[in-house]
Amino acid sequence: MTSLAILMAADALAKLGATVGGGLAVIGAGIGIGKIGGQAMDAMARQPEMQSKLQSSMIVAAALVEGATFFTLIISILALFV
Amino acid sequence: MKYRIKSYLILLTLMVLPIMTAYAQGEQSEEKGGVHLKEILFGHVQDSYQWHITDFNGKPVIIHLPMIFYSQTSGFHVMCSSQFEHEPNSELLREGPDGFYIQGAEDEKGRIVEKVGSELQPVCFDISITKQVCVLFIDAILLLICILIPARWCKTHKVDDPAPKGFTGMMHMFIMSTYNDLIKSTLGEKADKYAPYLLTCFFFIFTANLMGVMPFPPGGGNITGNIAVTAFLALCTFLLTNVTGNGHYWREIFWPEVPTWLKCPVPLMPIIELFGVFIKPIVLMVRLFANMLAGHAIAISLSCMIFIMFALGGWMGNLLGGVITPVSVLMSIFMMFLELLVCYIQAMVFTLLSAIYINMSHSHAE
Repeated sequence: MTSLAILMAADALAKLGATVGGGLAVIGAGIGIGKIGGQAMDAMARQPEMQSKLQSSMIVAAALVEGATFFTLIISILALFV
Repeated sequence: MKYRIKSYLILLTLMVLPIMTAYAQGEQSEEKGGVHLKEILFGHVQDSYQWHITDFNGKPVIIHLPMIFYSQTSGFHVMCSSQFEHEPNSELLREGPDGFYIQGAEDEKGRIVEKVGSELQPVCFDISITKQVCVLFIDAILLLICILIPARWCKTHKVDDPAPKGFTGMMHMFIMSTYNDLIKSTLGEKADKYAPYLLTCFFFIFTANLMGVMPFPPGGGNITGNIAVTAFLALCTFLLTNVTGNGHYWREIFWPEVPTWLKCPVPLMPIIELFGVFIKPIVLMVRLFANMLAGHAIAISLSCMIFIMFALGGWMGNLLGGVITPVSVLMSIFMMFLELLVCYIQAMVFTLLSAIYINMSHSHAE
């Protein structure tokens, strides 16, 4: 009976999977960008004259990590709407 | 003491404000069941055959765009999209002249199909000026104006002349900072050869992103959120890196300098490196596309939250709507600033990575 109920709710299960997947992806992005930012802060505090170089490198690294997160976002959008 | 009373009064007014809006809204009743967020969202980010600007006094303000297509049975057709019905009929087809239909719901791009005999056949070649093509033209014209005016200054002045002021000065600063920080620092002495492509890439993506974020015409069209546009940009980078790659680059892919057991009986590393050659441009494409699409979706959703709350109906909906309005407005302002930053960052990351890939494809044996 429960398996029949689960089968009938396939559409809702897809939405559940998509939203849970999105949340998990943000955990990864948060940890990654947090580490990048934290270590960039440490380095900038040690060597204030390198601040602008470190800042641009930090932004680039954060954009790359976010790019990986957005892959999962696209898959979630596909699961929700397609 | 006086400041304390003043701050309490301000706080009280702010708390009363949502309740007042709820009372004001209570007079008009919402007859529509809910706000269709999905339609609004996809209407804004997807392509369509007409440009729906806004709704004025209940009537939609639409610019109808030309449709140019070639069908196998009856040749070239040029018609205006206003000749197609606005509402789809029972088979979800919008009827038009000469037996052509647009398949799909209203305000969606759909496909042009033709009724041949009794079955529907899609037309084989569709080069209509859709909304995104129109925005592409507008962006290109804007970019040409913004770049060719400083270029003209450079042609008519000598190197020793004092620096230009105003718009030309600003564009000079922008272009030179991009050239020095992104291109010259990565490519070194090969910078002059690839700078035209990389600078064009950067400014086109930046302009297209900015115009997509603007909510009113001539902005409003979202081209970098369309995967075909970013796919073409990534294809350009892919062709440039691989066509101009030197021998050492290809040797590094097919015979990398790793222990022999990874290469010889089963070519593990060469296959991984070959995948890398294709995956790097694909990642460029998806990164830009997803960032822009997500940004637009968030901006539209935050604004629509107000309407969804009000559409819940009754006093609860009105109170929630009133409370959420300042929250939504503040968050929308914050998201807009973040969007501007993301526009610049994404253009910069695309150009920087393209420069890095081009540099890697001209490697020398160390």
